Parts: sequence; structure tokens; C-alpha cells
Amino acid sequence: MIRYGLRRILALIPVALGVATLTFAIIHLVPGDPVTAMLGETAAPTDVVEMRRQLGLDRPLLEQYVAYLGGLAVGDLGESISYRKPVVRLIAERFPATIELAAAGMLVALLLAFPLGLIAGANPGGAGDIGAMGFAIVGISVPHIYLGPLLMILFSLDLRWLPLTGRGGIAHLVLPSVTLGTALAAILARMLRQSLIRVRESDYMRTALSKGLSPRSALFRHGLKNALTSVVTIIGLQMGALLSGTLIIEMIFSWPGIGRLLITAIGARDYPVVEGCVLTFAMTYVVVNLATDLVYAMIDPRVRIS
Amino acid sequence: MIVRFRNPSLAIGVTIVIAIVVAAIAGPILLRTDPLSIDLANILAGPSRAHPFGCDALGRDVLARVLWGARLSLSISTVVVSTSLVVGSLIGATAALSGGRIDNLIMRGVDIVLAFPGILLAIALAAILGPGLIDLTIALTAMGWTGYARIVRGEVLTLREREYVLAAETLGANKSRLLMRHLLPGVVGPLAVQATFGIGGIIGAEAALSFLGLGAIPPTPSWGNMLDAGRAFLLVAPHLTTAPGLAIGISILGFNLLGDGIAQKVGHRA
Repeated sequence: MIRYGLRRILALIPVALGVATLTFAIIHLVPGDPVTAMLGETAAPTDVVEMRRQLGLDRPLLEQYVAYLGGLAVGDLGESISYRKPVVRLIAERFPATIELAAAGMLVALLLAFPLGLIAGANPGGAGDIGAMGFAIVGISVPHIYLGPLLMILFSLDLRWLPLTGRGGIAHLVLPSVTLGTALAAILARMLRQSLIRVRESDYMRTALSKGLSPRSALFRHGLKNALTSVVTIIGLQMGALLSGTLIIEMIFSWPGIGRLLITAIGARDYPVVEGCVLTFAMTYVVVNLATDLVYAMIDPRVRIS
Repeated sequence: MIVRFRNPSLAIGVTIVIAIVVAAIAGPILLRTDPLSIDLANILAGPSRAHPFGCDALGRDVLARVLWGARLSLSISTVVVSTSLVVGSLIGATAALSGGRIDNLIMRGVDIVLAFPGILLAIALAAILGPGLIDLTIALTAMGWTGYARIVRGEVLTLREREYVLAAETLGANKSRLLMRHLLPGVVGPLAVQATFGIGGIIGAEAALSFLGLGAIPPTPSWGNMLDAGRAFLLVAPHLTTAPGLAIGISILGFNLLGDGIAQKVGHRA
């Protein structure tokens, strides 16, 4: 297990370097000049030159790239143009809020998915199955940008149960995390149902039933455990959607995380911040993916061998 | 008469998708209302006979805007998915048929693109390219091709070992003939499933980018920017968010069901 873990962590290095390079390439190579975009078409040429020098954009591209990687190695992402603060500090201040939101979204997804998947998988074709899968197909289809406003109308403007926007206590977290977690809940519930149905036909379930376990305890004691591996796989695959979902959710609910920082920085043409946020999102995703793979290897020893 | 479908997902999916396509093509022709014409007497007006979905903050007809938004949404997603499909398939096939270092290099590239979660890559590209429909299409395609590349590579690698392919190779078929005549037909099923889910996914991604101000530029009606504009009037005029929201949801639902249906039919999971 330790060998497997070390191998996976080493394999991370080229991907991380690739992510850093692609992010740099997007900001520096894609047509569209950040300086004229920031200062406007009518800016005085001297201002443009001054700004380029200040941002280091007057140096050769290779030199900029090396400086960028060197900065990354020591955790320096440059300085924000609009906040006049180090980008790393801006991100560090907001990162916990984004992680809190993503974790809460995941929690909501699991809390919804397990009962729904179990109800559906325990009796396929029954009323519970049809109801749960109906919810699932709607949950997958409804977009964040609609579900968010819908929940806001219902629970904060109409019923006045929950706060509309912002970050605070648990109450502030409810609507954003439900908006974020619903689609994932639907996907997980479907997956859980499918694997429970598959597990049902296996030899060890037949053994469990023939030795006298009731169908219910056979399902819980033997079926659920084996169905879990495929659920963990899907969780890993859906982490990307969850993370990029926070971007949208943060804009809808004015949640002070790095998603909102990124989108406002795009509006303000604050390219160092854009670069830093994109990089942070991608690196977080890479690390989270590694973590899910390791969890998977712990649950299912077969993974480690290949 | 009760009709029982063996594949209800396919039946419902096809029905919804056809309905949306017809609405997008015929809607703007039948309903002659201009989606851009401003009518200050009807600001935030609720649904009525003249304006079945009500009017927005500038008195523009919401139904007309939703229908024009359907055109935009469907055409962008069709263009993005077909471009991604062609580009991704070629890259995936190249990787599988070349093998060795080229395969390795291409798949590392795919891994790096996939390290950007969800729509993040499209957001980053759209941020630099600026808003607008062509830039939006480029950004979404840059994000979307990897899935097709992986499918084609995987399928080609397994199909290559099949006897009929080995036979063709032994008989002297060159690589491009091998690919076109013997390998691609075997990949059509999984690609069709992926592309159908892909259209639903791109409809959602386009709406999200336009919602964030990185896609269609107002006043061009798009479901995403309509939802964004409607958010300010949640309490006084909920119809402004309901109409485009349901349009996005029903479209994604339609393509998801269709994808499920096709997957059942061709026996492939996406």
C-alpha cells in the first residue's frame, strides 16, 4: 500500500508541471493582450509600456515562464493588479470557504444518495425505485444556475427560513450545498442502485441468503459493502464537476471563495489572480483525485497489484 | 390503447429532443415577435395572452427570447460536439494506432487537460479570448474533445486484437483503410452515446458560461444570460428565471434520456 501510494505521488509531478504549463500558456499565448484589455484601447502608449514592464510582460516568453515556475516552487503567484496584494494571500483567505462549500455539497450528496439508492436497489421496479429514480433523472438535469435561484425564491424569499446569500453559520451553508450536491446525489443514487442490482446476482449473496440471512441483512452486510467500490469510483470521477460547480454556486450565493474571486478577477482583467485561481482549482482537483484513488486502493486491494 | 415501450428512455428522450429541435427551428418563424424589441409599457409584465411567458426588465417578450435562445443553445452545442467528436476521434485513433511514445505523449496531454475540473478550462479560455459566440465555441471544444479521444483509443486498442481486423491487416490493408473500414464502425455505438450526453453537457456548460458573462453577449438572447438577468427580479418577476431555467432543464433531460436509451440499445455504458 505504501509503495503504491509513493508511486502515485511521484506520478503526480509531471501532471502538476503540465497543469502549470497549460495555465501559463492560456494566459500568455492565447491571442488577446491583457494589458490593452486592462487599460482599454485608448490608453497612452507610455502607460502600456510601463504596465508591461511592471507585470514582466516585456521580457522574453521563456524567461517569463522560468520566472513563473520559479515563483510557483516557492509559493509566489505574483501580485494582484486590482487588490495590490500577493495573489497567494488572496487565495489563502478564500480557499477555506470553497473547500467548506465543496465538502458540504459532498455531504448533502451522500446523505441523499444512500437512502435513495438503497430504496431503489432493494426493490427494483417497485414504487420506491420509480420515485427515487424519477428524482434522480430530474436531479441530474436541473442546472445549478436554475436550482439555485429556485431554492432562493422558495426558502429565503417566500418561506424566509434561510438566509439569501453570504457565508456565516450552518444556515448560510444549506442552500448553496443543496444546490451543489443535488446533481451528484442523483448520479450516486443511480450508481448505487445499479451496483446493488448487480451484486444481488453474485454467488456470495446467494450463499448469504441460503445460510439463512434475511434479504435485508444480506443486502446491508454483504451487498452494500461490495457495491461501495463502484460508488467510490463515481465520486472520484465527479469531483471535477463538484469543484467547478462551486464556481457557479459562489456567484449565485455571493459565497466568498476562490470561485467568486476568479470570476470577479476575470471581470476586472486581473490576470495574475485569474492565473493563480485557475492553477489552485486544477491542483486541488489533482490532489483530490489522488486521494480518492488511494481510498479506492485501501477498500479494494486488487487495485494495488496492477 | 396502452402502448408499452421496451425502452422508455429512448421513447421519451426522442420525443423531447424532437420537440426542442422543432421549437428552435419553427418557433422563431411562427412567433413573429422580435426578441430584441423593447416595450417600456410591459416592463416585468407577467404572462398574458399577448406574451405567454411574460416580459423582461426591458419589456422584451420572454417566449421569443427563449425560442431564439433554443436556436443559439442547440447550434452551439451541435457545433461543439461535432468538432470535439472529429478532433477527439482523430487524436484517439492516432494514439492507438501509433502506440509507444506517441501514444504516451498524447495520453499525458489528455491527462493534463482532464486535470482542469469541469468547465474550468473553458472559463479560463473564455476569460482570455473574451466573450462572444466564436470564442465560446472554441473554449467549449478545447474542454470537450478528451472524452472522445479516450473512447476511440480504448475501443481501437481492443478492436485491433479482433480476428477480422488481424485478417485485414494480414491481407495488407494500410492504416487509414484499417481505421476507416474496420475500426471506426465498431466505435460508432459508444461515440453516439458519448455525443448525445455531450450535447446535454454542452447545453449546460454554455448556459453556465453565458450566466457568468463569458458567453453570449446581451442583448443576444441565451438561456444563461436570461437567467442571470432574471436573478435581480426573483421576487417580483419569477417568470424571468423560470422560463429559461425550465428550457435548460428539459433540454438536458431530453438528451440524457436519449443517451440512456441509445446506451441500452447499443449495449454500451457511457
